[in-house]
Amino acid sequence: MSATILFTIISLSAIGATAAIILYIVAQKFKVYEDPRIGQVEEILPAANCGGCGYPGCRGFAEALVKADDLSPYFCPVGGNETMAKAAEILGKVVDAKDPLVAVIRCSGSPAHRPRINQYDGASSCAISASLYSGETGCQYGCLGLADCVEACDFDAIFMDDETGLPVVIDDKCTACGACVKACPNTIIELRKKNKKDRKIFVSCVNKDKGGIAKKSCAVACIGCGKCVKVCPYEAITLENFLAYIDPNKCKLCRKCVTECPTGAILEINFPERKIKEDSAEEAPKAQETKENEN
Amino acid sequence: MLKTFPKGGVHPEEGKYSANSPIETLPLPKTVYIPIAQHIGAPSKPIVAKGDKVKVGDKIAESLGFVSANIHSSVSGTVAKIEDVLDSTGYKRPCIVIDVEGDDWNENIDRTTDLKKEIGLSDKEIIQKINESGIVGLGGATFPSHVKLSVPDGKKIDVLIINGVECEPYLTSDHRLMLEKAEEMLIGIQILMKALGVNLAMIGIENNKPDAINHLNKLIKNYPGIEVHPLKVQYPQGGEKQLIKALINREVPSGGLPLNVGAVVHNVGTAFAVYEAVQKNKPLFERVVTLTGKSVKKPSNFMVRIGTPVSNLIEAAGGLPEDSGKIINGGPMMGKAINSLEVPVVKGASGILIMPEDISARKKQSTCIRCAKCVSVCPQGLEPYLLAKLAKLEKNDKLETGGVMDCIECGSCAYTCPAGLPLLDYIRLGKARVSKIIRSRKQ
Repeated sequence: MSATILFTIISLSAIGATAAIILYIVAQKFKVYEDPRIGQVEEILPAANCGGCGYPGCRGFAEALVKADDLSPYFCPVGGNETMAKAAEILGKVVDAKDPLVAVIRCSGSPAHRPRINQYDGASSCAISASLYSGETGCQYGCLGLADCVEACDFDAIFMDDETGLPVVIDDKCTACGACVKACPNTIIELRKKNKKDRKIFVSCVNKDKGGIAKKSCAVACIGCGKCVKVCPYEAITLENFLAYIDPNKCKLCRKCVTECPTGAILEINFPERKIKEDSAEEAPKAQETKENEN
Repeated sequence: MLKTFPKGGVHPEEGKYSANSPIETLPLPKTVYIPIAQHIGAPSKPIVAKGDKVKVGDKIAESLGFVSANIHSSVSGTVAKIEDVLDSTGYKRPCIVIDVEGDDWNENIDRTTDLKKEIGLSDKEIIQKINESGIVGLGGATFPSHVKLSVPDGKKIDVLIINGVECEPYLTSDHRLMLEKAEEMLIGIQILMKALGVNLAMIGIENNKPDAINHLNKLIKNYPGIEVHPLKVQYPQGGEKQLIKALINREVPSGGLPLNVGAVVHNVGTAFAVYEAVQKNKPLFERVVTLTGKSVKKPSNFMVRIGTPVSNLIEAAGGLPEDSGKIINGGPMMGKAINSLEVPVVKGASGILIMPEDISARKKQSTCIRCAKCVSVCPQGLEPYLLAKLAKLEKNDKLETGGVMDCIECGSCAYTCPAGLPLLDYIRLGKARVSKIIRSRKQ
């Protein structure tokens, strides 16, 4: 009896010891060296795995950061400058602060402004709709309203406004990861500089049709009249294919273009109400509307 | 036992309302809108300008590159403008707009109806003539025909397959053509045989067109080398891969062409167009279009000039029925709803369908229960439910290994799905993404 127990203990210990030796040798032989900094950097990243940096997940980005000599082309839009500074500290490198960005929806074509001329009956996806035809309205450039951007957003920062049928970005939640920009088949979403107090001025239209055609399909379309280009004191506005574009880096938020725009295609957001010029600003688009009705 | 393809397939309600309506010539429209991109390949380059006078059959746009096609004026008149017009793609694309004045044909076109049997041209000259005449596959895919006839060195073709299947429900344009222009079509087939250097041509016709089968069977005695094969009615037999499998039991390999198995497939409409181009010097500027639907007053087959707005056809068939839900360019299975009545008829338009609202509306969607009906009907042996899901999740690598590029977009999966899921829409989306990836890899 005791011999059996003794024999069992000895044989099991022998097997255990042999296995341990083999495992040790194998572990030494196939050891993969991993830079410990990868783990450290990954630790401080937001762990959103959104892919906004262009890498597959936060770990992929951490690996890229550790490998990189110069950090300037890399940016974590979710963590922002703070995270990048921390990462640079761990890696003993320097990184310049970048302007924070925010997603902006460049279409104001609600049903009131952009009448529906047909009914889409296909799968509820902007990508599919865009692959089939130019959409339910006369404007083939604008928002298709099937919420691919909402689906793409990992941060619940976009929702569809039931009244206008257009997506709305919640600035505080938006991390500028760019997922919505990629998801939108008509590229109406743009990442623009986040100004003080979330103030924004931008052309809320991507219609490249000639003025007459654009106006016919949507009352708030950019008609390419060029008035904003002339009025802008900072040469921030350019006109191409009957469509104005405001360069966010040159724009000083003076709001002159907003009042000048005859269709109301340029939006100002999060600004205090105008004191003196308020009346004229309100009147301009109204005058346009009455003219429309007369026609 | 009739031949058919072995894997998958469905049999939707046939609805061939216009089968007994002879081909009528549609009155000339006031204006035609001729898109410069109505074929697969590079869009053509317009060679006319605003104000130019053109005659019927004059070349108005030139092919750019090997895979492209010339475009000829379908009417006589003045070029009004070249502008973006909504066409059957659903987008505004450049069109040559011509205001019609009279009906003055190019002098070189032989307008007599006499049958011309002797083929005077050599094989090279035939291909050249077909290229010059802007002939594309009239079954709907609009692939330039001269490309299919130019067999690369080292490949051997032993059979020409003529597609008279018309497996799409409702459409009857090929059926009428086989009844009314059979001799011309058979000569066209002989021309194609000469161009390819083959001694055998097989015409595949589904068994629901017994009159066409009998008519052709009587005529082929005078045309050696041409055989008529009745086929069991089964959608999508008109797909070239399915037709090859059904007729000669060869399987086109994944990613391959019919060329790889020694066959070339042409549509009966193309054969007729080839006859007219080679024997009568008439370029492709008109085609037979079926205008039909359950509630249409007068389901018809029209000979239509390319560029005629769809509204003209609808008017000629008794107007738009009140219960219309969708107007579809093409057949009910593979066609696409158009978003304007002014969309012009193009070379690939075999039919215009007016579907009542209750039939045309999409089924209510529910969840996939993995019943695998879509798998059993897929003629390509794919797993549609899986491909659709992968496309939705953007798993492009798995889509590629799952064979998404072998999908022929026949729509049998979505047709049969008891949950009403838009399987094909997602598969098409995935296919577009994967083909983009494959293209970028090649560069």
